[in-house]
Amino acid sequence: MSTPSAPVIDLEDLGFEQGAHLLIQRALRDLPPGDELAVTGSDPALVVHLEAWCRQFGHRVHDPGGGAEGVRARVVRGHTDLNRWSAAERAGGPGSNGVVENPAPHWGLAARGALIEQGGPELPFDLTERKLVWADIAPNLYATAVSAQWNPDEAVQWEAEVALPDEVERAVVQIMTYLVENEQAALVIPARLLSRIHPHFREVVQLLAVQAADEARHVEVFTRRALLKGGEMGTSAVSGRESLATLLTEPDFSLASFLLSVLGEGSFLNLLSFLDRYAPDPVTRQVTRLARQDEARHVAFGVGHLQYQSAVDPSLRTRLRAAVERRHDALVDTAGLNQDVFDALVTLVAGEWTPQAVKRGYAEVQRLRTEMDEGRQHRLIRLGFPPDEAADLSALHTRNFM
Amino acid sequence: MALLMGAVAYDPKVVTIWAGFRSWFADQGLDFDFVLYSHYERQVEDLAAGRIDAAWNSPLAWIRTERLAAAHNWRATPLVMRDTDRDLTSVIVVRSDSPFHDVADLKGETIAVGAVDSPQATMIPVSFLRAAGLRPEVDTMIRRHDVGVGLHGDHIGGERDAARALAAGTVSAACMTDTNHLLFGREGTLSAGSTRVIARTESFDHCNLSVGASMPEDDMRRFGDLLLSMSYTDPRVRPLFDLEGLTTWLPGRTSGYAALATAVDETDFYDSAGGVTAGEEYAP
Repeated sequence: MSTPSAPVIDLEDLGFEQGAHLLIQRALRDLPPGDELAVTGSDPALVVHLEAWCRQFGHRVHDPGGGAEGVRARVVRGHTDLNRWSAAERAGGPGSNGVVENPAPHWGLAARGALIEQGGPELPFDLTERKLVWADIAPNLYATAVSAQWNPDEAVQWEAEVALPDEVERAVVQIMTYLVENEQAALVIPARLLSRIHPHFREVVQLLAVQAADEARHVEVFTRRALLKGGEMGTSAVSGRESLATLLTEPDFSLASFLLSVLGEGSFLNLLSFLDRYAPDPVTRQVTRLARQDEARHVAFGVGHLQYQSAVDPSLRTRLRAAVERRHDALVDTAGLNQDVFDALVTLVAGEWTPQAVKRGYAEVQRLRTEMDEGRQHRLIRLGFPPDEAADLSALHTRNFM
Repeated sequence: MALLMGAVAYDPKVVTIWAGFRSWFADQGLDFDFVLYSHYERQVEDLAAGRIDAAWNSPLAWIRTERLAAAHNWRATPLVMRDTDRDLTSVIVVRSDSPFHDVADLKGETIAVGAVDSPQATMIPVSFLRAAGLRPEVDTMIRRHDVGVGLHGDHIGGERDAARALAAGTVSAACMTDTNHLLFGREGTLSAGSTRVIARTESFDHCNLSVGASMPEDDMRRFGDLLLSMSYTDPRVRPLFDLEGLTTWLPGRTSGYAALATAVDETDFYDSAGGVTAGEEYAP
């Protein structure tokens, strides 16, 4: 096609070794395939390099022929670049209102809303359905979680005076040892889940990442409190580890979220409030209070996700019930809570070794159990369980609290 | 029986490319397989002997295939070639600050080239210089860079070494393809603007997929049709095209090999019957 009036791009002295292709690409972008672009410029190697570059990208080069003065070559636009993107699609939209139901596996790690070239590897994420992982509150919870991050060095007054009777200090150390063990489960579970979720569900992955980071901090501050007076860590009983092991083996995202966040961390909210209330020293009070703020977000996401999912999947509650029963059956022959932990909680409240103090401590721990049970029932009812069924299920929850 | 093609393993990506094409052919119902060679001469000999049905040939391998076929009265067909195999040129490059402005100025000088068997970085440019009156080793010294001998210049190392020799000032000029002159400038082997092109060969063609006598006419037509139907819009094909450096297959043609045939004769690289007559310096 001879087009004397073809557009002209003047490269001046810019060579292809210095980025001339950018100006050529830009000039070709708006031309239809087959149209010509006249090229002028003073780089001595211009024509040699223009031809080499065009050959590689599917354009052709003609002699300048007549027409505009100074034209050194004419490029006939090809369609290779157009072909590459001809079947491209957007990976949903960038905002949370752009989340799709079933993102394609080959979208892989691409940003949500990016223009996706067809093809490429299909990454092995197995949680790829919106209804399985999403919660509408996830974006807001993530934003809240990020703004609520705290630095253990600054948020806790580690130098505050802590001078407890030896046995009360030992009780605090035992409780901290127990908390570390449970927080490690709460760290590992979201970390494992988030690596299985399609990155399209960005806010959920982000939220779980922050959740894992929260638990990492909790592990740190509980460990630091346990070692504050230079003693040894407390005990870890088989029964507690057995209970936590059943959490780690749950492969279903929703069921794992239910058992960990709604029932386990939900119960922990009561436990951490209890520790805040009866903390015998300021450091214990601060670390349990800070952890409780984070755990409340984790519980909110778990409840929000399951409310969303139960709205789209009527069979969910049946599966949730079965998960609780399955876990109960697996733990029915185990002791539940480490006796050392129970005794430590009583000791903490009692504060001294008199019968009246122990009676008060024992009663308060019993009251804690009742509060935990009521909290679980309340959350189960929010998920749509009738009150009597909520009571039955709450009673089946592990005696290990988490 | 599978249609069996030879390819030279000049780079690990050759496996990715042809295994990918093999899978694509299988989906189209064509039983295609490939074998790898460490150099082109054995591949051509196996094509001539009917041990393989087709060969992904360098231009030099095609010249030999053509001569073997003519001498033994069988048919060799350049079935397809990449769009990027057509109309290449090589350039004679000097340092920008050198006094050389024309090929004739290189009389008495040393010129860097690629490997002994590189059509684009050695054979065609040296033939070009000879036609311009510079007889190698008489009017000018040729400094070869024998990297990957037997790969017919597919290994870019010799060409890059020639460019490095030019940049280092140990030679007065260097020969390379237009594409590699651009590449070396962009990657920094030659700093931008530090070299000047003083001459450019006529355009020539590069590789082709050569089919031997063992492939029935119908199979050849189907094989060719399938290759030509591969599209850059196909997400399975596109990454393979990107690796192999093409945007579409084009029908093979023989019109772009005359300059290389002349160079082969001038250096007695192959005889007219396709025998390897290059001296001891060519030992793949």
